[in-house]
Amino acid sequence: MHAAVVVFPGSNCDRDVEVALARSIGRAPLRVWHRDPGFPKVDLIVLPGGFSYGDYLRSGAMAARSPVMGEVIRRANQGVPVLGICNGFQVLTETGLLPGALMRNAGLKFICRDVHLKVETAASAFTGGYAKSQVVRFPVAHHDGNYFADAGTLKRLEDEDRVAFRYCDPQGRVTAETNVNGSLGNIAGILSEKRNVLGLMPHPERLADPELGGTDGRAMFDHFVRVLH
Amino acid sequence: MKARIHVTLKNGVLDPQGKAIGHALQSLGFAGVGEVRQGKYIELEMAERDPKRARETVDAMCRKLLANTVIENYSIEIAEK
Repeated sequence: MHAAVVVFPGSNCDRDVEVALARSIGRAPLRVWHRDPGFPKVDLIVLPGGFSYGDYLRSGAMAARSPVMGEVIRRANQGVPVLGICNGFQVLTETGLLPGALMRNAGLKFICRDVHLKVETAASAFTGGYAKSQVVRFPVAHHDGNYFADAGTLKRLEDEDRVAFRYCDPQGRVTAETNVNGSLGNIAGILSEKRNVLGLMPHPERLADPELGGTDGRAMFDHFVRVLH
Repeated sequence: MKARIHVTLKNGVLDPQGKAIGHALQSLGFAGVGEVRQGKYIELEMAERDPKRARETVDAMCRKLLANTVIENYSIEIAEK
């Protein structure tokens, strides 16, 4: 299995996700710099966390219009799995590959800590390594993670089982208190209509190694090897 | 020509920054301030001389990049300078 990590100026979680991917799939993913001509054929594309283009204009807005994203959009539309973590999620909403938008956190603060998430669906290449309703712990580190979508879009996401993760407490209770950033419906991650694109604000790659205090993120990367070739 | 663009959050989209600015104004003693909404202002110089065509171009710019129409509205003003 081959994976590629797209690197923009200002990406800063590219190495973390490369390490997590390499450990799970047994070979280092390719790094694709935003200006590299040509894009290798891969089974998985990852848009890492960070602050691409310094978050200028809006988080993810510049990266979404960069030439490399034209190719990512084409591949995604052909069914290639695309995973966007944190800034990668912001980029995906800015391209329109995922609906809605990520706004400034409701509390206006940058939030950097571990959160609990309820896995809302196991029906995707990204979440198939978890059980539905399983509670996992991933770190968040963002300023703009407040998910917004209009009522019609939210209803579609719910009806089509496209909410992948929600902020919850350690027992899996999804409440206003566990909503770290004001996201509608406590939404932490969503899938595209064809379920081959996942965007999520929390960082599975940051808890994928026991040395770092947890391994809940690892199941996402391990599962890719089983389903993507 | 010069284009002046205001980008603001749509009605119904919560604006916590605007709210915080409102609270700060209140604590500074400015009474009678209602809802505060924060936005962006962008100024562009354009080679285009025809105001109608300039407006059409800037409208496309807003839709493609300058505003995120999921959450934002925009307004365009075209002037000689």
